[in-house]
Amino acid sequence: MSGRPRIAMCSPEFYGIEYEINPWMRRSRPADGPTAAAQWAALVGLLERAGASIERIEPVEGLPDLVFTANAAIVHRGLAIVSRFRHEQRRGETAVDAAWLRGRGFEVEELPEGMFFEGAGDGLFCGETLFAGYRQRSDAAACQWVGERLGCRVIPLELVDPVYYHLDTCFCPISPRRAIWFPAAFDSYGQTAIREAVEELVEVDAEEARRFACNAVVVGDRVITNTGCPSLHESLAARGYEPQATCLDEFTKSGGSAKCLTLRLDGEDAAAWRGP
Amino acid sequence: MPTASADVPPGGPLETVEIRGHIIDSLLLPKVLDAIMARGGSFVIREIEVGEHRDDASRAVIEIRGPTPQRLAEILAEVADHGAVSLHPVDCRLVIADIEGAFPENFYATTNQRTFVRLEGDWVEVDDQEMDCGIVVDAGTRRARCVAMTSIRVGDAVVVGHGGVRVEPQQRAESRGGFEFMSSPVSTEKPKGVAIRDVARELFEVRQAGGLTLLVGGPAIVHTGSDGHLCELIRRGYVQRLFAGNALATHDIEQAFFGTSLGVHLERGDAAEAGHEHHLRAINRIRRVGSIRQAVEQGLLESGIMYECVRNGVEFTLAGSIRDDGPLPDVITDTLEAQSRMRQQVRGVSFCLMIATTLHSIATGNLLPAWVKVVCVDINPSTVIKLSDRGSFQTVGLVTDVQPFLRAVIEEIDSLEAAADGQGGR
Repeated sequence: MSGRPRIAMCSPEFYGIEYEINPWMRRSRPADGPTAAAQWAALVGLLERAGASIERIEPVEGLPDLVFTANAAIVHRGLAIVSRFRHEQRRGETAVDAAWLRGRGFEVEELPEGMFFEGAGDGLFCGETLFAGYRQRSDAAACQWVGERLGCRVIPLELVDPVYYHLDTCFCPISPRRAIWFPAAFDSYGQTAIREAVEELVEVDAEEARRFACNAVVVGDRVITNTGCPSLHESLAARGYEPQATCLDEFTKSGGSAKCLTLRLDGEDAAAWRGP
Repeated sequence: MPTASADVPPGGPLETVEIRGHIIDSLLLPKVLDAIMARGGSFVIREIEVGEHRDDASRAVIEIRGPTPQRLAEILAEVADHGAVSLHPVDCRLVIADIEGAFPENFYATTNQRTFVRLEGDWVEVDDQEMDCGIVVDAGTRRARCVAMTSIRVGDAVVVGHGGVRVEPQQRAESRGGFEFMSSPVSTEKPKGVAIRDVARELFEVRQAGGLTLLVGGPAIVHTGSDGHLCELIRRGYVQRLFAGNALATHDIEQAFFGTSLGVHLERGDAAEAGHEHHLRAINRIRRVGSIRQAVEQGLLESGIMYECVRNGVEFTLAGSIRDDGPLPDVITDTLEAQSRMRQQVRGVSFCLMIATTLHSIATGNLLPAWVKVVCVDINPSTVIKLSDRGSFQTVGLVTDVQPFLRAVIEEIDSLEAAADGQGGR
């Protein structure tokens, strides 16, 4: 099914740093509401100009991280496997996301009891393979379960640095054969597995990784990231992409950036199952 | 394909795990096998099915042996994180205590980390988490809690072995929480300003959130003339619980009665005539009226840390030791009784500040679960190191003088309060 790329987003009306569940979050370093709203709106603008249609999830008071829609679910064709969050603080999001996805006609499924999986934050398709992060948030058994449920090859990757606690903070497929990555977020097994499975890798340095260079949204040739990633943008431009920067620093305070704020509903550009 | 490791006895403890899914391309299988070897275990792959096509899952059944039950449990915990699960997950095993004040043999010894036990297929979180205890299960309420050896009663159902017990270690980044200022837990050389600011912020946030701050203090607070600062913290609502020994309370009261600490005038720094008797006279005076509270209520004791505790509703626990003079009537001289009172008093504590006491800091560190933030301030780095060596890894240490530390903390709190007031007025 082709057509305009569909992206689910949730406005940051109730966004804030109300707890600390990753090394980025500090309650003493709160997000500024108006600035966050402006940054979010700028991202929406860039995505719309890239041709995407934005579908909005209604924000909910008391669920400050609902803005990070990447963690709502992992979507595969008409199926959405909703997240089961490791941290209790985020568990209230699941019911909201599930209801919204059902309303959009998705078949919604939950993980078996006892498993944690945090949606597109930890599950990214590159070609026919699902790359899945575990240890920090999702668990390895859940990665395997998702792979089995979707009937695809899955490569579970241990995330060894709590700073890069979701796979989408250190790995970003940009086409079915190409991905951006920050190698130090993985151990040697993970690095080897990625090198074997992805044809071409674009490496990000430590400084730009901390600016969330890997947390990019891809719409066609456009690759949108936080500001402060000039080397990556140069590498992407050299490969024929059109990189765009927009400041998302109010969201990086929570450990999220461009990609975290979006959930692609019709399949990422890098996912082979998306079809022409 | 058997693999032997030198230090694994052939009849050592054994567990069979299964790992399935995409374990070849992801290198999960070699990773699990390496993890077993790296921890001194050995394995035999009993079954392996490798998927024929790219999308096919594979499966391996691995028999793991460890050199000891403890080491096997560590290996199992590690490989479970990579998705290798025990083929026959079991409920925790319970044995009924047959002797008062002692666990059954092979009891599960707890850590200070969040722990779960499996009861009839469900994982139940253990309450009152504390290191070096056992776990007692109440079948009726399906609850589990940590219980100290001496508190075991005949008939208690005690968890034995490691089966059906799961520990979720506090992530280092998480446990550091607000204390990102240090990459090493003990700091002697680093700038103290940031650390002090973080301590003040923690105290402030706990107070704002209506949480409980526990202060564990030694007599140096009085000897160094820092008691006024502590009194101020108490008056301003930054301390809800106090743990100390006979000495802190005695010298504080001596100071209130005679203006001396250990016979030395704090104002002038010289020894008072017959000053060495002051602390005994102070203790005696309190013993004559029955308790510190009585002394405050009768108007006998009119200032100091203990006075402020009584006046401001701070619950204090004074634990005795073998070298105590007196002691004060409030001092609990039975060690087990003191431990049990402290155990009850640490419940609900969200922040613990330990100042200038090795004995009481370590005793308190033993009782706190790993997720309670602890800052230990001492002029002697070894106090902090001892705390960490005993498993209180969540401790952040600050090697500094008490007096300037407390003064600076209060200054920081002043500015936090001012900033908060400013915001409130907008």
